Amino acid sequence: MTNQHFDIYMIGVGGQGIGLLSETLIRAAERAGHQVRGVDTHGLAQRGGTVTSCLRLGEGAHSPMIREGAADLVLALERHEALRGAATFLRRAGTLLYFDALWQPLNVRLGAQPQTTTAEVEAVCGQLGARHLRIFDPNLPDPRMQNVSLLRTLLQESLVPGLKLQHLEGALGELLTGKVLEANLALLNA
Amino acid sequence: MSKLGSMLLGRESFSEIVIGNTALARAMLETGTRVVTSYPGSPTPEIADAILGIPEDQRPLYFEFSTNEKVATEVAFGASVNGHLSCVFFKSVGLNVAADSFVQLAHMELLGGLVIILGDDPGANSSQNEQDNRHYARLAHIPMWEPASASEAYLMYKEAARLSVQLRKPVILRMTTHVCHAKERVQFDAWEPVALNPTPRFDPANGPYIPIASAVFPLKARARARLGDFAAHAEGCSFNRLLDHNNSHRGVITAGLPFLSLLDCLEDVGAKPDVLRLGMVFPMAAEKIAAFLAAHDEVLVLEELDDFLEQAIKALAYDRGLHTKIVGKVAPEDWLGEFTPGKVRTILGRLWPDLGLAVAARDLPLPSPRPPQLCPGCGHRAAFWAIKQALADTDITVADIGCHTLGFQAPYRMGQALLSMGHCTGTAAGLSLFNQTRKVVAFIGDSTFFHAGLPGIINAIFNHHNFTLIVLENGTTAMTGHQDHPGSGHNVTGPSHAMSLDRILEALGPTSLRRTDAYAGVKLRQMVTEAVAEPGFKVIIASHPCMLKATREARRAGTFKDRMVTVNQTTCTLAHDCVSTFACPTFQMDAEGRVTTHPDLCIGDGSCLQSCPARAVTPPAPRGNGKES
Repeated sequence: MTNQHFDIYMIGVGGQGIGLLSETLIRAAERAGHQVRGVDTHGLAQRGGTVTSCLRLGEGAHSPMIREGAADLVLALERHEALRGAATFLRRAGTLLYFDALWQPLNVRLGAQPQTTTAEVEAVCGQLGARHLRIFDPNLPDPRMQNVSLLRTLLQESLVPGLKLQHLEGALGELLTGKVLEANLALLNA
Repeated sequence: MSKLGSMLLGRESFSEIVIGNTALARAMLETGTRVVTSYPGSPTPEIADAILGIPEDQRPLYFEFSTNEKVATEVAFGASVNGHLSCVFFKSVGLNVAADSFVQLAHMELLGGLVIILGDDPGANSSQNEQDNRHYARLAHIPMWEPASASEAYLMYKEAARLSVQLRKPVILRMTTHVCHAKERVQFDAWEPVALNPTPRFDPANGPYIPIASAVFPLKARARARLGDFAAHAEGCSFNRLLDHNNSHRGVITAGLPFLSLLDCLEDVGAKPDVLRLGMVFPMAAEKIAAFLAAHDEVLVLEELDDFLEQAIKALAYDRGLHTKIVGKVAPEDWLGEFTPGKVRTILGRLWPDLGLAVAARDLPLPSPRPPQLCPGCGHRAAFWAIKQALADTDITVADIGCHTLGFQAPYRMGQALLSMGHCTGTAAGLSLFNQTRKVVAFIGDSTFFHAGLPGIINAIFNHHNFTLIVLENGTTAMTGHQDHPGSGHNVTGPSHAMSLDRILEALGPTSLRRTDAYAGVKLRQMVTEAVAEPGFKVIIASHPCMLKATREARRAGTFKDRMVTVNQTTCTLAHDCVSTFACPTFQMDAEGRVTTHPDLCIGDGSCLQSCPARAVTPPAPRGNGKES
């Protein structure tokens, strides 16, 4: 917490489910006692472009948008976006947590630019004196659960002040139903 | 009923975490707004999502997506002069479409009241420009409120609607992208529904409603007089805020979301400037502003996009003989982009270096940029891939607005010029004049065809223009969230006559009309080759359902076939047509040039098979363990 706020910047690719991630986290953070505000990318960028979401906790946060280089925590759902998020929004001595999915951007697929490596992501975190957490799970029952896999690590590592399992479970319960809810709760508790 | 719908219908006061657009829907119910119209456009479509979350039989208002913003405005106007409180909403550039009728509104006695919600887009997040629609308020003599948050959007709508009813004049609520989508817990009031009065109350005696020649002047004079009433309200507007930091030297005047960016910056500042935040940006609270100017040596006018407030405030200072130093736009970049917390920090730090807001520039490596793409299975991709083969590199292609605009990117480079909704046929006609050497091909989507496409098509036939129009039909308004359009056979309430593009075009009489499935590459290429060789105005309809919509619907219905294509590594000759020419995002290329398909991305549509000269892309098959063959 700096100046009574804690800023979480989420980044991924349109179609990866960053909407559910941000919607779960804002509700869970409020359940943990924080004042919350945030904003997601909607519209054009959702078509396979970079999508982001800002979540700001605490009474010192006014705008829903986070300042560049000021996020306490960056959560990324893809490797290139992890590098982008860390390089642009992560503050010095902050934390990057990313799910190492790989969705090549256009120029990488066309062979015009190199694919980002895990070492590059780690190096940027090193330059920022930031904590670096990479997760990857090839055995998820559904790739659309990568976001909840990220939430599980976020919880295990206590990356959000005051956030507990019951807060995330309660938030998921507000947003999902039936088998999808059961599968996600099971993953969270795994 | 959706959770959202039952929440919005609650009679008791409640609170919920919602985005600004959702909060507006509740404000409509509480104010008794009876008729709401729109044309979909980011950042506003979620207002409709919220309204449509309420089942039609319990919805206390009439809602429609009209064919375009102008028609939407006219429907809302007609309902208002019949006595119903009405609302029309659309995106920033939608106001250009609506403008011809919009500029008349303040002349009219709007019996029921009328709220216009604008979704401006500073930063051009989802638009072809970042025009500042505050100018339109001044142009059309219509007052404008500017919320900074979801809570304020809800409260300002209620205040603006109340005044609109009372003064029988239109009012504007100017949202911006990150106010529309800002999330926070909003406290909603109780709601006491008022019974509908269906009596048509239109009466020419309330007018006149025919502004012709000298009849315009009394109407304009009345509109100006009512602006005086709104100006009086602006002085006491409950959203004006004066933050007195006891600083007689420095002050900041601001409004809307930049106000919150400013508050963020001031968290890190010791000697804070005083702040005057305006709830209404037109007309301005002149007395409040003059007093604030008089109380400070130097005042920064902090506003996103144009110098709208700055010009008015400088004129006010001149009229009042005030000698306060007024600083507004200084550098070229002050006119560009959103005033995010980072940008406001830069501006404040530049003007007042002693505040210690300077931020060291970063020089960290960035990954390859990731622009938006046509989705896996998109019919537009298959169409562009085939069309490109039929055209010479020197031929000219004209884009329009929609998902297909993304075809301008590599590797397709289809669509080289863009103005606005429906422009493509007019622009293509101009490009074809005196042009004997370069074929001209225009693209339009089916929703845009109905929105603003028809006049240009009719012009092309009427005036014997020579070019080819390719209608990229996907059965929906895809980019803005899959809203129905007049060709899709449904409107927001249920079945509707599906207007046939073919029959409309046949009636208009182009030189030739062809239709194919967009996936049929050989056929489409042949059609384009033939059409561009003919004189006259030729139309090809390249059709395929939006696969993002189809996939989502199939998943919901439990009928989704979970299949994917794979690249046979034995027969693959590394020709790379799949990844470099067809370029579906599912094709991934490793450092050795080996191509695979991505299990998270492939939807098993198979449109890519035709792109492989070695037939190494294998037909869609049920995915096993998600691993490549």
